[in-house]
Amino acid sequence: MIEVGTVLAEKIFFIDRALLKAYADASGDQNPIHQNEEFALSVGLPNVIAHGMLTMALAGKYVTDWAGGSANIREFSARFIKPVIVPADQQVDLTVVATVAEVDGNCIKLDITATSAGIKVLGMAKAVVIK
Amino acid sequence: MINPDSVGRTFHGADQITVTQSEIDAFAAVIGETDTTVAPPTFSIRISLSQYESILTQPEIGVNWSRLVHGDQKFEIFRPVVAGDVFTCSATIETLRVAAGNEIISVRSDLHNGAELVVSSWSTLVVRG
Repeated sequence: MIEVGTVLAEKIFFIDRALLKAYADASGDQNPIHQNEEFALSVGLPNVIAHGMLTMALAGKYVTDWAGGSANIREFSARFIKPVIVPADQQVDLTVVATVAEVDGNCIKLDITATSAGIKVLGMAKAVVIK
Repeated sequence: MINPDSVGRTFHGADQITVTQSEIDAFAAVIGETDTTVAPPTFSIRISLSQYESILTQPEIGVNWSRLVHGDQKFEIFRPVVAGDVFTCSATIETLRVAAGNEIISVRSDLHNGAELVVSSWSTLVVRG
């Protein structure tokens, strides 16, 4: 029995420049702010930043693992409130945790929290899964 | 500037996009997903964003793609995307507002495989002024 308020186990993903390149190739989003430090600085960013959708994809993996597979995800949403900053030659964390917000039969709504370097990067992140 | 007359209208992408297993495998590998029998839940952004780029940058809509920032994203997944799906993509501009010199549009994308609606997604896109 899954109860409202249950906090799921936290998981830490690691993001580096190589992962940004891999995500750019896999997603087709080759925006240079995610790969080229000089360009990122030139448009006023503190450094290269991760694709918001990469952050969301990793949070999706967290949800998928708990739900028993990608096929069990019905709804998934998030706001990109702060960038994940990825300096060269470093791995930064994406720490994901979720709380059970609603239970309706086998349909479960999760509230997801995602932080990097202690800063919340996704807002209003929610998923509806079948479990 | 985005043409305000485009609000409420639905635009259809010209392309039919066939999902391949190698695309699903590559996307899954990035996030450490080993089960590639179905696509990860956010995989369809690969299709929606490229279709948005070709649709929304048409002169009659006028989005400046080079100044675009992704504000938020929602997916409603009616069934998982699988290799062999052949999608058409439509983009409906639901709202447009201007705040602090930025144009903020909310766009809905529907991915159909034939008559079957597989994924609806909503994106808030911010064109920085």
